[in-house]
Amino acid sequence: MSKRLGLFLVIAIALVPFAIPSQFLVNLVMLTAFAALLGQSWNIAGGFGGMTSFGHATFFGLGAYAAAILQTRFACNPWLALPIAMALGAAAGAILGGAAFRAGLRGSYFALVTLAVSEALRILANSLDITKGGLGILIPLNPGWRNFQFLDRRAMYGVVVVLLAASVAIAAWLRRSRFGARLIAVRENEDAAAALGIDVVRTKVTALALSGAIAAPAGVVYAQSYLYIDPSIAFGVERSVEMLLVAMVGGAGTVWGPVLGAIVLNTIDDTARTFIATPGFAPMLYGVLLLGIVAWLPHGVAGLLPDKSNGGTRA
Amino acid sequence: MPPLDIVLAAIVNGVLTGGVYALVALGLTLIYGVLHIVNFAHGSLLMLAMFGCWLFSAQLGIDPYVALPGMTLIAFAAGWSLYAGIIGRVSRGDDRGILLATLGLAVVLDNLALVLFTGDTRTIDTPYSFDVVEFGPMLIPVPKLVSFAVALVLAALLWAFMTRTDHGRAIRAVAREPDGARLVGIDPPRIFALSYGIGIACLGAAACLLLPSFYVSPQVGNTFVLVAFTVVVLGGMGSFPGAVVGGLLVGVTESLGGLFLGESLGPIGIPLVFVAVLLLRPSGLFKAAR
Repeated sequence: MSKRLGLFLVIAIALVPFAIPSQFLVNLVMLTAFAALLGQSWNIAGGFGGMTSFGHATFFGLGAYAAAILQTRFACNPWLALPIAMALGAAAGAILGGAAFRAGLRGSYFALVTLAVSEALRILANSLDITKGGLGILIPLNPGWRNFQFLDRRAMYGVVVVLLAASVAIAAWLRRSRFGARLIAVRENEDAAAALGIDVVRTKVTALALSGAIAAPAGVVYAQSYLYIDPSIAFGVERSVEMLLVAMVGGAGTVWGPVLGAIVLNTIDDTARTFIATPGFAPMLYGVLLLGIVAWLPHGVAGLLPDKSNGGTRA
Repeated sequence: MPPLDIVLAAIVNGVLTGGVYALVALGLTLIYGVLHIVNFAHGSLLMLAMFGCWLFSAQLGIDPYVALPGMTLIAFAAGWSLYAGIIGRVSRGDDRGILLATLGLAVVLDNLALVLFTGDTRTIDTPYSFDVVEFGPMLIPVPKLVSFAVALVLAALLWAFMTRTDHGRAIRAVAREPDGARLVGIDPPRIFALSYGIGIACLGAAACLLLPSFYVSPQVGNTFVLVAFTVVVLGGMGSFPGAVVGGLLVGVTESLGGLFLGESLGPIGIPLVFVAVLLLRPSGLFKAAR
C-alpha cells in the first residue's frame, strides 16, 4: 500500500460521518478519534521520547477544568479555553518535566511520579472550592457555535478531527525534524546523546510540554461535549492508562500507531460489550491485550504492517 | 491547632496503621531488591487478597486472624505461579517491559475483581471490630493494635528468614550477584519465583490484618499502590529497615494529614511526600542495605 493511498483512505474514512447522517456512526468515530488524540499525546512523550507516563490524565484534566472554570466562574468564552488549555498543558508539561528530569528521574520512577502528580491533582480537585469538590462542575446547557456547544455531534467531531490531524502532523514532524532526531537519540541512549552535545533535559522537557499541549485541548473538548467534569473523570488512573494503552497497542513511537490503537481498542470494547455487558469485562481484555503486546508485539499493531515507512522511530 | 492529646492520638493511630503498610512495603521492596521488578500490580494483588479474606469471613465464617496462615500460603502459591506463569515470561528483562507488564496485570486484576465482586464496598463484621483498649487518655481500636503487633512479628520473622536460612541467603546472593549465585549452584529463576511468592505472601497476611478495620472494593488497589511505593521510596528501594520505618512514617503522615487538612484534602500528603522524596532525596532515608 503506497503511503499516499493510505493517507487518502484515512481521510476518506474520517469524513464518512459528514456524508452519512447516523448518530451511531458519529458517536463511534468520535470516540475513536478522541481516544486517538489522547493516545497521540501520550505517544509523543512515551513513544517518541521513551518517557513512560502513568499520569497523563494530568494534562487532560487541567484542560477540562480550565474550560469548566473559565466559563462558570469568569464568564469566559469557551473557545478561548482552547488556547488557554494548550498553554496550561504545555506549562504543566514543562514544570513536571523540568522538575523530574533535572532530578534525573527516568523509567519507572518517572512513571510513578506522573501517577503521584495526577493523584495529587485529583485530591486537590476533590477538595477545593473552585472545582466544586467531589460534586464536579456542571456547565449550563446553552447550544450554539458561539458557546462551543453543538446539537449536531458532527460539529464537535469536526473539532476533534482537526486536533487529531494537528497531533498526527506533529508526530510526522518529529519523525523528520532535527528535534525529533534528537528526541529519539535521547530515548535510545541518554549518555550517548549527551556526548553528542544534545541538551537531554531540554529535549525531554520540550517533548513533554508538546505532549501536554495536545492532551489539554482534548480535555476542553470533553468538557464541552458532556458539559460535566469531576475529579475522577479528569485525573483518574483509568484515563492515564487508556492513553498509554492506545499508544502501546497501536505502536509506540510510530506516527499512525495511536490511530490504529484507538480503532483496535474501540472495536474490542464494542464487541465485548455486545456479548458480555458485565462492568469490567471489556477493560479486563485491555489488560490482557497490554500483556500480550509487551510479550509478543513490542511495536504494537503497527509492527504487523508491511509498510516499513511507518516504523522509523519505534520505541 | 487541635489539642495536643488529639494530635498524639493521631500519631499513635498512624503508627499502628503504618505497621501494616510496612508489611505491604516489605513485599514490594523484596521483589524490587531481588528481581529489580517495579511491581505495579502490588496494590491490585493486595486488593485481591483482601477479597479472598472477605470470602473466607463472609461466606465461610472463618475469622480473618484464623485465615491468616492459610491466606499467607495461598498468596505465596499465587505469587509463585504468577511469576512462573506470566511475569517471568512476559517481561524480557527491560525496565519498561516489566513495568508495563505489571501495569497490564493490575488492569486485569482490578477489572477481574469488578466482574467477580461488582464495584460495591465490602466490610466484614467481627465481634472485636469496634473493641477499644484505653491507653492513658487514648482509646485504641483492638484490630489496629493486633494488626500492628502481628505485622511487626511477621516482619521480624521475614528478617530472620532472610539472614538465618539457606533460602534467605540464596535470595540475598541472587539479589547482589546473579551470575555468582549461579556458579555456587543456586538456580536464579527458582529464587526469583520464590522471592515473588514471598513478596505476595506478605500481602496475604496484610489483607487479613487490614480487613477487620478496613473496607475492600476493586478500587482499593489504586489507593494502596501509591502508599506502598511511597513507603518503599521513603525508606530506600530494596531496604528492609527502610520499609519498616517508611511504613510507620507514611502511616503518621496520612493520619496527621487527615487531622490537619481534613478528610478530603488529607490524603494529598502521600503523593506529595512521594514526589518530594523522589525529587529531593531519591535514594531514600536509608540506602538499600542487603
